This record gives sequence, structure tokens and C-alpha cells, in this order.
Amino acid sequence: MTVVARVRGGAWIGDVPLFAPVDLTLREGQWTCLLGPSGVGKSTILRLIAGLETGARFEGEASHDRPVALMGQDPGLIPWLSVADNVTLGARLRGTLQPVQAKPRAAAPIEGATARGAAPPSGPSAEELIAAVGLTDRAQNLPDRLSGGQRQRVALARTLFENRPIVLLDEPFSALDARTRIQMQDLAARLLSSRTVLLVTHDPAEAARLGDRILLLRETGLTEWAAPGPRPAGAARPFDSAAVLEMQADLLRSMLA
Amino acid sequence: MRMIPALLLVVLALWQGVIWLGDLPAFLLPSPLSVVRALWFNRAEILHHAGSTLAEVVLGFFIGAALGAAIAVAMGFSPKLTAILRPILTFSQTIPVFALAPILTLWLGFGMAPKVAVTVLIVFFPVASAFFDGLAHTPRAALDLAQVMGASRGRIMRHLRIPAALPHLATGLRLAAVYAPIGAVIGEWVGGARGLGALMIHANGRMKTDLVFAALLVLSVMTVLFARLVALVLARLWRRYGV
Repeated sequence: MTVVARVRGGAWIGDVPLFAPVDLTLREGQWTCLLGPSGVGKSTILRLIAGLETGARFEGEASHDRPVALMGQDPGLIPWLSVADNVTLGARLRGTLQPVQAKPRAAAPIEGATARGAAPPSGPSAEELIAAVGLTDRAQNLPDRLSGGQRQRVALARTLFENRPIVLLDEPFSALDARTRIQMQDLAARLLSSRTVLLVTHDPAEAARLGDRILLLRETGLTEWAAPGPRPAGAARPFDSAAVLEMQADLLRSMLA
Repeated sequence: MRMIPALLLVVLALWQGVIWLGDLPAFLLPSPLSVVRALWFNRAEILHHAGSTLAEVVLGFFIGAALGAAIAVAMGFSPKLTAILRPILTFSQTIPVFALAPILTLWLGFGMAPKVAVTVLIVFFPVASAFFDGLAHTPRAALDLAQVMGASRGRIMRHLRIPAALPHLATGLRLAAVYAPIGAVIGEWVGGARGLGALMIHANGRMKTDLVFAALLVLSVMTVLFARLVALVLARLWRRYGV
């Protein structure tokens, strides 16, 4: 299976090692769950793949050979933009935001959009994505009118709007209540089914539900765990299945060890 | 706010009381009544001078604000420029404007220009420093996203950093609106015959203390109204951005 992103090396903060040398790969079309307690450098690994500042000294190589999209625990919504405008934020920031078209006319010259240097519409429209995350009637609201779960839905729609093959999720559901978290996991599994995903989480249940591969990061290094059976296509494993619960317990045990 | 009229009455009563009991000469401390009288009898002259001062204040405020905002954005773009400009800006504030005003008058003449220049000097610093502070503190999550999304530095500035810093800019502008009239009056004290500052100096020289107080009163009211107007306009324009 094709490796599309990789982090190989170790990281230090000052002279203190953050994590022992690791070799982590993302394989095309799979959900890789990076599980571990807080402070072992899970997010650092994700940020290395994204090419973001980490605050740690990294020795090794970090690369991705497909474009990435990012979604974090802080939904990072822009407070002065509506839900719809937050979803299209990437286009706005790249200067490719197209004005809302009244109606696509058959006679419209195709070169119109390309002549202005705008990227051709590659993925689903913002409208479709907002509908997919169930926020159609909230599209014109500002983020401060939304609940925590709704904000993460907007963030998910924004991530999908980027339409990138690799999606990096940095504890995206950690701040949500248990029920909302389960719902968001189901939604993400459905909408991100065709992508390569790195999910950083400290929740063993989340890793057991969503991971095609489960990697546990501890101070001592990285260990790979066999997933609890194949995951149904475009869905998360049932949170109450015996295999998932057992996996959750196993992971928790080794996190405590 | 409901306390203000009562407080004002108490102050006025104390003021009048001191004059009655202390038997002070009017050129040391005029009575509130004589101030009001001076205000009324010299209304045309005061209004004329107030108009000049207001023009300087408004002009100086806009030029100073634009200059301060431009410097802040430039520094927001370039850490190198920040390292050079920041000490210069701080140093510029260690020179009292009182000391600069005569030099500016020497350079720019006795017209409106030196007064506007002093106002600009007073206005631009709070605007630049507050706005720059805001530009330097854009939420990390938004900046990370923008970087991963492939945004240019210019678009990040325009679509994220500047809008996110508008509440800071508004704080600087509100502060500057209160200081701006001080700049104009300092300029007027030093040279020229127009403006409330010039009127005060003139009246003071002729021991017309009641007229000094009357001009001061008008200046205070003008400052409060100008600051209030600026705050209202900012809140109207930028409410969406959390101002």
C-alpha cells in the first residue's frame, strides 16, 4: 500500500527528548490513529507532517507527497465570518473565492473562471457540504451562535471544502460531550471515507472505533496495534461492540502501564 | 452616569463656597457664575477659536491614525522592521511634545501646520502600539489553518490578522481621540493667534481668568464629544469584529 506521508526521527525540547525516534507512515486511503497520553508529542508529529511550527527541535525527516488539510481541537472558526464564509475560508485566503453565481448558464464561456486565475471547482460546493454536516439552516449564522458540536461540524465542512487527499485531525472531538463525540465520529467516518487520515487522539475508545491502524505513542516510543477487525466502509465501528470495548480496555491498560 | 449631575453640583457648590469664604480675587479663582458670564459674552470669539482647534484635532487625528495604523501593519509584516522601528517609536515618546512644539512652529510657521503636526505626534503612538499588539496576537489555530491552506502573507494579513486586531486598533483610536485635543492646544500655546490654546494664553496674559476657564470648559466638552463620537462610529463600523 502506498505510503503518502512519513515522519522519521526524534524530537527534543531543549535537551529533553519529547519522543524517542519514531518511524510513522500514513498509507493511502487508511485511517491511522495516533493514540497516547497528553504531552508525549502526538500533536508535534501531526504538525511536522503539516509543515507547521512545533516549538520542538526535530531531527529526521517529515514529508507528505499529497496536499493536506487540517482540523484541530480548536475549530479555529473566524468569529466575524458566517458559517458559509468559514467553510470557504481556504478559497478566500488563496484568493480563489468565486462570487456567488446566480445560475450556471449553459452559454457561459468556460474560460471565464480560468481567465481570472480562479481554481476550477474541484470538490463539492460549500452549500452541499453545509448540508452534509446538517447545518443548512445555520449557514448565515455567526459562529458564536453555535454549540460546540455545531462548530466542529463547520470545521469538518471547511476541511472537506479543501478537498485534499490527506486529512490531519488533531484531537478534533476531545472537547465535546460523549454523545456529540460519538455522532461526530460517525459523521467524520462517513464524510472522510475516501481519504488518508491521521487522527491524533488521547481517547482509546476513539482509536478503537476509527482506526484502520492504531499506533500508541508513549515516552518509550511507538507501538502498532492490530485493529479490532475490519471497519465497515464509510463508518465507524459500533462503540458497544465487544471487539471495540476489548480493544479500548487493552489500549487503556498499556497507556497506564 | 446618573451620578454625574449630582457630582457636578457638589463641585460647583464647593467652588462657589471657597470663593465666598476665602474672599479670593477673581483673577486667582473666578466664580462659576463669572465663568458662565465670560462664556456668554465672548461666545462668538470662543466659537471661532474652538472651530480652529476642532479642525486641527480632526485633521491631526486622521493623519496620525493613518500613520500609526500603517506603521503597525508594516511592523506586523516584518520582524526585522519591528526590531528597528520599535526602539525608535519608544524613544520618540521620551521627547516631550512641549519641547518639540516650538521647533515645529519654527519649521512649519504660525499657521495650522505645526498644530496638526503636534496632534499627529500625540495620536500616532497609541494607535500604532495598540494595533501592532493586536496584529501580533492573532489566534494560533487560525494562523495554522491559513498556513496549511496555502495562504499568502498578504492575504493572511488582510483576511485574518487585521480584522482580528480591529478591537485593539479601536482601543488605540479611542485613546488617541482623548489625547488629540491636548496636542492641538500645545501647538496653539506656542505660536499663532487662533485656537482655544491661543485664546487661553492671551486671556491669561490679561488676567482674564474667567475667560481662561470658559475656554477650558469648551475644550473639555469638545474633547468628550469628539471621543464619544469616535467610540460610537467605531462600534458601529466594527461591531462584527468584536469592537
